Amino acid sequence: MNAATLFGLCGAALVGIGLYGLITNPEPLRKILAFNLLGSGVFLLFGMIARRAAAAGLGGDPVPQAMVITAIVVAFAATAMAIALVQRLADETGRASISSDSSDAVDGEGKS
Amino acid sequence: MPATTVLDATTADGALLVLAIVLPVVGILLSFVLGGRYAERIAGVLLPAGFIVACIIFLKVWQGGEPLIYIVGGWQPPLGITLRADGLSVAMMVAMAIVICLIGVFAHANFGSRAASVETRAPLVFWVMLMAISGAMNMIFLGGDLFTLYVALELLTFAAVPLVCLDGRVETLQAALRYLLFALLGSILYLVGTALLYGSYGTLDIVLMSQRVRLEPATLAAATLMTLGLFAKTALFPLHLWLPPAHAGAPAAASAVLSAVVVKGSFFLIVRLWFDALPGLLSVAASQLIGVLGASAIICGNIVALRQKRLKLLIAYSTVAQIGYLFLMFPLAFSADPSPHHYGDALTAGMLQTISHATAKAAMFMAAGLIYAALGHDRISELGGIARALPMTMFAFGLGGLCLIGLPPTGGFLAKWLLLEATIATAQWWWAIVIIAGGLLTSAYIYIVLSRTMGPPNAPLTLYAAVPKYQEVAALGLACLSVLLGLVALGPIDVLQVGRPEAPMAGLR
Amino acid sequence: MSIASVFDIALVALILAIGASTILVRTAFAAVVMFAVYGLLLSIAWVRLHAVDVALTEAAIGGGMTGLLLLGAVARSRSDDVDRVRVGYPVRLAAGGLCALVVAGLAIVVLHPPAAVPTLAPVVMENLPPSGLGNPVAGVLFVFRALDTLLEKVVVLLALLGVWSLAPDRAWGGTPGLQVYAKPDPPLIFLAQLLPPVGIVFGIYMCWVGAKDPGGAFQGGTVLAAMWLLVIVAGLQKAPAISRLWLRGLLIAGPMLFLAIGLAGWVFADAFLAYPEGYAKPLIVAVEATLTLSIAVALAMLAAGPPERAQQQ
Repeated sequence: MNAATLFGLCGAALVGIGLYGLITNPEPLRKILAFNLLGSGVFLLFGMIARRAAAAGLGGDPVPQAMVITAIVVAFAATAMAIALVQRLADETGRASISSDSSDAVDGEGKS
Repeated sequence: MPATTVLDATTADGALLVLAIVLPVVGILLSFVLGGRYAERIAGVLLPAGFIVACIIFLKVWQGGEPLIYIVGGWQPPLGITLRADGLSVAMMVAMAIVICLIGVFAHANFGSRAASVETRAPLVFWVMLMAISGAMNMIFLGGDLFTLYVALELLTFAAVPLVCLDGRVETLQAALRYLLFALLGSILYLVGTALLYGSYGTLDIVLMSQRVRLEPATLAAATLMTLGLFAKTALFPLHLWLPPAHAGAPAAASAVLSAVVVKGSFFLIVRLWFDALPGLLSVAASQLIGVLGASAIICGNIVALRQKRLKLLIAYSTVAQIGYLFLMFPLAFSADPSPHHYGDALTAGMLQTISHATAKAAMFMAAGLIYAALGHDRISELGGIARALPMTMFAFGLGGLCLIGLPPTGGFLAKWLLLEATIATAQWWWAIVIIAGGLLTSAYIYIVLSRTMGPPNAPLTLYAAVPKYQEVAALGLACLSVLLGLVALGPIDVLQVGRPEAPMAGLR
Repeated sequence: MSIASVFDIALVALILAIGASTILVRTAFAAVVMFAVYGLLLSIAWVRLHAVDVALTEAAIGGGMTGLLLLGAVARSRSDDVDRVRVGYPVRLAAGGLCALVVAGLAIVVLHPPAAVPTLAPVVMENLPPSGLGNPVAGVLFVFRALDTLLEKVVVLLALLGVWSLAPDRAWGGTPGLQVYAKPDPPLIFLAQLLPPVGIVFGIYMCWVGAKDPGGAFQGGTVLAAMWLLVIVAGLQKAPAISRLWLRGLLIAGPMLFLAIGLAGWVFADAFLAYPEGYAKPLIVAVEATLTLSIAVALAMLAAGPPERAQQQ
């Protein structure tokens, strides 16, 4: 087994681990972590594909490598957005439980 | 594998395709630097301009009978990226551009910022995200490369999620978080698929892929994962759980754009994948399975909608059901006895259903928003008398409802009629039962809402806010479009077939 | 078995163990610490896959910035104790089965490469010289698939606006929080005085060599962003209010220039996002330099979070 295949299998396993965490962990922050794990597994699959396509004096096919760079940045942006959402939610629910006034929160549903 | 690979070349007027993508991008960048007070004005110029561009592209493709192609940077695929406008893309582009423009008109009341002295949060976010959605949709319709489509899909997600929780209430934040997690899972599964496909074929260009594709484990794994991911993003039953709270909780204009436009983006990618990138690869059994999911969505979505006590939630659940109809085109197009005729008919029906649902649902969410604004609530049991107070709004709601039920001459009727025809032609009567049952259930809840609103009020009706006329006109305009869509059968419906290869025969199976 | 393959196997085992532990450990804090280590290991894996550009990006963004973001989130969340709710055993079993299925499917694909492995490497190398770039990955990002790169910048901007949109209305236009570190301690301040000059030089260098060697706008931008955040966190400089015109200008400068050059390609070269002959390299370097700045600002602001305090006039 060569290195590319080894890391490809590692990527496949990480996809499984991340997916498992995403489904079974109820806490949003842990879900976000699991999503990152899943993402990095997918990136490693790209890496395996790039590496085994090495040619023309290059260590790997640069096209999938470039795609991974794009995807890493997108995943970071997604993580930042998700974390901001989790924190705002924590702020709001924290405040709501202090004021213990949840009747208008229910009534406000479907606000236009 | 075919030995001859015909290279695409940029066609005359192909530059229009670049314009369709660049215009919204320019709008986003300008809004950032000029600030929220100008965002609405920028959108007010660029969204109609985008509509005009879409119309010109439509006319060129329709009259020319040939797809428009643009090779970005002059780099031929597989190295570079192409933009391609075929019949499906132009029809969707024009339809979504109209819907987005009218939503923009409607949103002026809630997110108008021309008179403001300082930048405020909601207007800036809304207008930028609306432009981003329009750009992302155009990219999805025109993109000829599966990875570019991934980036477009993410663009769409990041534009849609903040719209859900624009008012910052706890329930909407929860809905937005759930939506984001589903959407991210969806895109990452799609991304796995692109990786595997590139590994097998060394290209992500849709046309090249369709020439090289063969039935093998990698392709099947890729297609399955991509389809599952896109199912999650399209909210196909049973991955629909995120949709109702997200669509019902958002501000009316945002609900309209989310339900009418955004879910259609990922759906369109499913169509691209199975009809264009991997033609003939969908087995009969798999297509039946997709059909079963669609049918379950129709039945469950409608039954749950029937039990809703709030108008916006009812409309959101009806979206779940209407999405189900979209997926009935798969078992009909990929039947055991494929013929080019049924294949084209099923595709036409699916696209018509997409477009007529977009117009009707946007109109209905707008109407619900106006009712909410006027009454301060949207409890269905207390809507008595509102039809007299807001006749135009309720008329728009009713027309949209007719389209959802599928009564002639609406676009919904034509779509469902074509689907029914295809069920008979391909001898799959079981789908016909689902279509008819779905129509009956839909008419039940539309009837309940309409009869409530036309009935007498429980208590004297107090209207909290006056409803601007132009908002009602925008809703009615969309509703009328959904009705008139049935007439396209007489005219431009053949545009959908432009650039379609003839149906794949059993050769690949 | 060679030493290299022993190393690879050990590395993979370690990655999998630490990856699994981020899912399995009881506290969120421990999970995040595990994740930071995981990011570092992963970048070593990328080096082993001969993808140094990706390794740098993974170390800077995937490990570094994401770790920072998660650490900040854990520090702020009050639920610092063990997870309270756990899903039921049947659900976990079903999820485990599903995931095992996915892993098996992917493993089969990994173990059965196509008879002739397709590659674009020769085509990339053949078409690279006219651009004047020496780094094939940069060539793909800025020449052959420039549209993706441009759109991705817009994605980052949208995500930033999405993060900002989570601010309460009263704080709109104000400064981001970063309150966790309200009282910076002396070592941190010392670090914040010492590191940035080095970091800034390093960041600019990374962007500069990106045309020829591994490196580039993302990696350079991330280093700059990290330095800026360090200075802010240490209290040496205040976070900028999000309504500042210079901030907005910097954010869009990179994508705007990229788009402008792309559109100019329509006139001066033969297509959108094509570069006129002979001018490709200076134009790409200009785009990369501005993008580095824009990315630095965007990433730093993404990590800083939504505005929390109204701007003092």
